[in-house]
Amino acid sequence: MQLQINEQTIEVSADQDLSLLWVLRDLLGMTGTKFGCGMALCGACTVLIDGKAIRSCVLPASQAVGKKITTIEGVGSTPVGAALQDAWQQINVPQCGYCQAGQIMSAAALLKDTPHPSDADIDAAMSGNICRCGTYVRIRAAIKRAAGHSEQLK
Amino acid sequence: MNAVVKQSVRPESIDPEEGRSLSRREFLLRLQAVGGLLLIADGSSIINAADAPKFGADGMPHGTIDNPLVFVNIAEDGLVTVVVHRSEMGQGVRTGMPLIVADELEADWAKVRVQQAPADEEKFGNQDTDGSRSTRHFIDPMRRCGAAARMMLEQAAALSWHVPVTEVRALNHEVVHEKSGRKLGFGALARAAAKLAVPARDTVRLKSAAEFRYMGKGGMPLLDGHDIVTGKAQYGIDPWFKDMLFAVIERSPVLGGKIRHFEADAAAKSPGIVKVWQLPAATATATFHPLAGVAVIANSTGAAITARKLLKIQWDDGEHGDYDSDNYRAGLEAAARNPGQVVREAGDVDKAFQSAARVVEAEYYIPHIAHATMEPPCAVARIVDGRCEVWAPTQAPQVTREDVAKHLGIPFESVTVHVTLLGGGFGRKSKPDFATEAALLSQLMEGRPVKVTWTREDDLHHDFLHTVSVEHLKAGVDAGGKVISWLHRSVAPSLATLFGPDPKHEIPPELGMGFINLPYDIPNMRLENPEAVAHCRIGWFRSVSNIPHAFGIQSFVSELAAAAGKDHRDFLLDLIGKPRLIDPQTLHDVWNHGESPQRYPVDTGRLRGVIERVTQEAGWGRKFERGHGLGLAAHYSFLSYAAAVVEVEVDSKGSVTVPRVDIAFDCGPQVNPERIRAQLEGAAVMGISLAMFGEITFKRGRSQQDNFHQYRVTRMNEAPREIHLHLIPPKNWDMPLGGVGEPGVPPIAPALCNAIFAATGKRIRRLPIRGQAGRG
Ligand code: FES
Ligand code: FES
Repeated sequence: MQLQINEQTIEVSADQDLSLLWVLRDLLGMTGTKFGCGMALCGACTVLIDGKAIRSCVLPASQAVGKKITTIEGVGSTPVGAALQDAWQQINVPQCGYCQAGQIMSAAALLKDTPHPSDADIDAAMSGNICRCGTYVRIRAAIKRAAGHSEQLK
Repeated sequence: MNAVVKQSVRPESIDPEEGRSLSRREFLLRLQAVGGLLLIADGSSIINAADAPKFGADGMPHGTIDNPLVFVNIAEDGLVTVVVHRSEMGQGVRTGMPLIVADELEADWAKVRVQQAPADEEKFGNQDTDGSRSTRHFIDPMRRCGAAARMMLEQAAALSWHVPVTEVRALNHEVVHEKSGRKLGFGALARAAAKLAVPARDTVRLKSAAEFRYMGKGGMPLLDGHDIVTGKAQYGIDPWFKDMLFAVIERSPVLGGKIRHFEADAAAKSPGIVKVWQLPAATATATFHPLAGVAVIANSTGAAITARKLLKIQWDDGEHGDYDSDNYRAGLEAAARNPGQVVREAGDVDKAFQSAARVVEAEYYIPHIAHATMEPPCAVARIVDGRCEVWAPTQAPQVTREDVAKHLGIPFESVTVHVTLLGGGFGRKSKPDFATEAALLSQLMEGRPVKVTWTREDDLHHDFLHTVSVEHLKAGVDAGGKVISWLHRSVAPSLATLFGPDPKHEIPPELGMGFINLPYDIPNMRLENPEAVAHCRIGWFRSVSNIPHAFGIQSFVSELAAAAGKDHRDFLLDLIGKPRLIDPQTLHDVWNHGESPQRYPVDTGRLRGVIERVTQEAGWGRKFERGHGLGLAAHYSFLSYAAAVVEVEVDSKGSVTVPRVDIAFDCGPQVNPERIRAQLEGAAVMGISLAMFGEITFKRGRSQQDNFHQYRVTRMNEAPREIHLHLIPPKNWDMPLGGVGEPGVPPIAPALCNAIFAATGKRIRRLPIRGQAGRG
């Protein structure tokens, strides 16, 4: 099958049912997208499909054919993604960092649709992403900082 | 038959009956990971006089190394690379250690890089990253490394200018000779400096605190920050080779279970499957051995997970097949209601109860808790020409290397363990069964690289769980509201059950976690530890036995204050009594976190200090509507003092939100205050998580929680909206350091439950809280 990943067309042969997560990680070696639960419960595997935050662990890769897939490796080339990555570093959000790729992808989808999210918007968009290290206060702050910043980028 | 020959040819491989073949003594020393385990099992002393206890890092296997040639490399372009030999799991050690070195070195932080050390304690010193010890144990060696390297650079500059070394000094990545205005960059001096002798330890001049450039200052960016946010950071789950195979393992659902029979035909025919193997049987003593199981090896992890569902395995559950956590709790409660081994006694408790105006009694329960690191256990191994390379997110690099060597039956020297970033550790990744699994599977696959990934189900079914405990407390209060007698029974299966004949009692490090070393000013006191046996793998979980001890004691103090009609804070300060230094030995604490009792007495003044500070900052005494309240708790652990005030709102349905948490924290000198704050923020969330939701239950020997829908952890919408941290500045930098990673956790659960009491009048004595806060 052919996948459009981070503005590149990639040919990969995979079983129809294999989820996009394992196609990315195991077949293509794109390991920025993480595994955490395999049941759409933790958000570690979040990617953007046509701009929407999707849990790649439960999406068969075959269903992503013909759509635009963005991963943590590519999100920095969008203004929102770059603003988020910048804010994340300014605020030193990560502890272990393992969940943060998924957090940033969820936040990117949020800011794309809602450039100035309220706390309730942030709760709604981000509560599918678990951070076991407990960086939530900083994630919230970083989203707000990036939101201010992405305004200027427009 | 010749017995001598027989003995000498016995291979240095795993003896299934004896467990890992590290010597028993080394085991015990390793256990200083959770403390200087001097007594075990039958209570006999295993360490003889020649091995008299050493304190701090000296008491750890392989101690410390302070050779700058091992830890510091300066390239000709001036780039400074600092080797970090402790594992990074989010606590910030890969920023903190280089920061210490760079400060003494007078290096420019922008020109500092970090390199992760492989497992090699002979070379680097102890690498067991747990017990909130990395900075505490390695600040001095790392300072000496940086300072010695600085002196070598200064010496090299002085030699090249033919001036006395006393006339030159290093300043921000250069050595300057002020008299002549000459300067040379570190890069230009590096080659000559490296040829000089390393100055003797007692000649190394360390900076005074006033000269610090980085230590104790804020605002240091994380060295791995950019890699993490761009997806480049390498965790244990990330190594990738073209010919790599991917494995998942179906493990015995019951501790000590064995495979009776299995059918793998359907699994083997599933798409992408390369091989199905049975792993070697488990051993009687759990230690860190892989569990018995069947491995499914495929061309992707997803294919392996799918095929694994098709395995048909008949298990022989063995002796733990009827473990039922409800029944077990009833057993613990029964034990806690009867006298147990007395571990500390003062005065006459029973007599004092008789003279008390009022006696209060309560019992607290905390179930098993799973670590649930976001990166589940995982590792990669390959074997080339008899040499095994492992990539593992391990908190215990050396133990990982030893275990892999023993299980493969190859020399220790033939194993390399690359320590990746850890996607969370919390103690789980001190037990490297996952790395051994990867190595065994690579060996079975003729050395091909194999990645083993634990699914979340595997993680929650086979964790080395936090213990389960009942804390039974009884106190007598006199007519003036003063506590005159105190009885506390703590009963919990010990983590020492991993290593040997079931000790049935908490070992000194467990007792020493806020139970036996309670520094309260109470004239009559008896502490008891009844027996408990283990039916699953018990391990250390961030802050370990402090969690139940603090929950029991800090909840009970709140109950006593309420019963006496006193303000909780005033009552607690009264119980602690006057500021004083207490020798932990007088509290029968023989452990003291492995530290010298002289250097680290219990300082009730500092404990009072965090309580006073946190209550002041949080606006203690504010009046709220019903359903809204503040709760307080304080706890001394890992040689640091922590107090928390949690604010809660409880709605009419009993759902709890936490608008704000305040923590005051005194750990002595603060190397990187920014990461200390991060650790405390994380501790607040983890504490709330375990209080609200944390529970693994067992039926028929099997963990009943499969994934995050059943083992819930705190999410964004449930996390405290605000966390306010109040770090107590050190009196001076001669004070010894306390730990940081763990001591923030213990006060959170009791402070939260005390707040629920303040808000609703409901007293929660059994965690997790779940729906218990309902007013109905
Ligand atoms: S791994 Fe996909 S949501 Fe957890
Ligand atoms: S930073 Fe560790 S899980 Fe989020």
